[in-house]
Amino acid sequence: MAKIRLTVNGKKYSREVEDRTLLVDLIRDDLGLTGTHIGCDTTQCGCCTIHMNGRAVKACTILAAQANKADIVTIEGMAKDGKLHPVQQAFTDCHALQCGFCTPGMIMAVAGLLKDNPHPSDEEIYHGLEGNLCRCTGYINIVKAVKQAAGQSSGGH
Amino acid sequence: MFALNYVRAKSLKHAAELMAQNPEAKLLSGGMTLLPTLKQRLARPSHLVDIGGLNALRAIKYSSGKLTIGAAVRHYEVATSPVVREAIPALASLAHQVGDPQVRNMGTIGGSLANNDPAADYPAAALALDATIVTNRRRIKAKDYFQGMFSTALEEGEIIVRISFPAPLKAAYEKFRHPASGYAMTGSFVAITKRGVRVGVTGAAPGVFRWTKAERALKKNLLPDTLLKIKVPADGMNEDIHATREYRANLVNVMTRRAVAKL
Repeated sequence: MAKIRLTVNGKKYSREVEDRTLLVDLIRDDLGLTGTHIGCDTTQCGCCTIHMNGRAVKACTILAAQANKADIVTIEGMAKDGKLHPVQQAFTDCHALQCGFCTPGMIMAVAGLLKDNPHPSDEEIYHGLEGNLCRCTGYINIVKAVKQAAGQSSGGH
Repeated sequence: MFALNYVRAKSLKHAAELMAQNPEAKLLSGGMTLLPTLKQRLARPSHLVDIGGLNALRAIKYSSGKLTIGAAVRHYEVATSPVVREAIPALASLAHQVGDPQVRNMGTIGGSLANNDPAADYPAAALALDATIVTNRRRIKAKDYFQGMFSTALEEGEIIVRISFPAPLKAAYEKFRHPASGYAMTGSFVAITKRGVRVGVTGAAPGVFRWTKAERALKKNLLPDTLLKIKVPADGMNEDIHATREYRANLVNVMTRRAVAKL
């Protein structure tokens, strides 16, 4: 068993888990934050993308024990004081989702991309979202949403 | 995955002790290959010894013509480090093409080299640049280190500490990405060193190899078209559902020509 302490969306948690517990299962089953999804179980689809210590990572391929002392942000932590994060707003405005299953992970990946590269070219957007698969949209509106969010990033988030 | 014991190593010495005490233990660095393997129950280690956070494995330095990268440095760090980008920009470019962004935020160069996937990217660079893999026991030259599919010179419990790359005069890496997995169906790293042209090829054969026939031709004339008539024999190449051996042999030629064009 592993004793872990971590911060999730600004809130401190302390848990004891089996060593083999995946971070995504801790987040979903134990903490009840079910916005983070499990899509493929093979580290390809990116539906489980969260931020750990400021970097976008796939929570299905990290042990909860590895996240001891980590600072985690999930999709539930993106909106502030009832206001959508600019990336979330852009996804709404640009109709960048249909079924919505990939969307939380996609938003977390986009936020990570724009943090590293505030004004990405089309190629950089395609490359920056290679870790996230969408079966519904064909990605066109997702790319539009990234560009809209990038256009606003200079306004401060 | 099967139940196991997770231990965060407090130091390199602690990690070595844990590995010695537990013959069924495995080292955990970024986990981007190991954890998917465990999730599929393809391995059943007794312990995971997490060395990903050890500062001793996380330095990037350039000195006297050698770039040294700690084993637990993440791919995105190799890709964005000003030191790497100045010393060996082709290596930064290679790291930027590994996996996907989330995988690059966790996966490490030491983990990749310890695993030696036949379609991994770093082995092409390590072999072309004549890198040295420095472990907690010895220094291993790249040509002795890679021993075939998923096979390396590492002994039981041996831990990669850092990798030393002599900086080339120029280098370039071109990779044919598998459209779904992103792995190298073929990746060719071409380096111009003081000792001449070196071509390291990954993804095409069971293990990384130097394409010496191409090296000799490029030594005479360093142009992509020099290789137009120079082929690798198909029968040494991998064949699977993704590509025939003839297709891979052709990719070796094309990716190497593209890398030369990029120099």
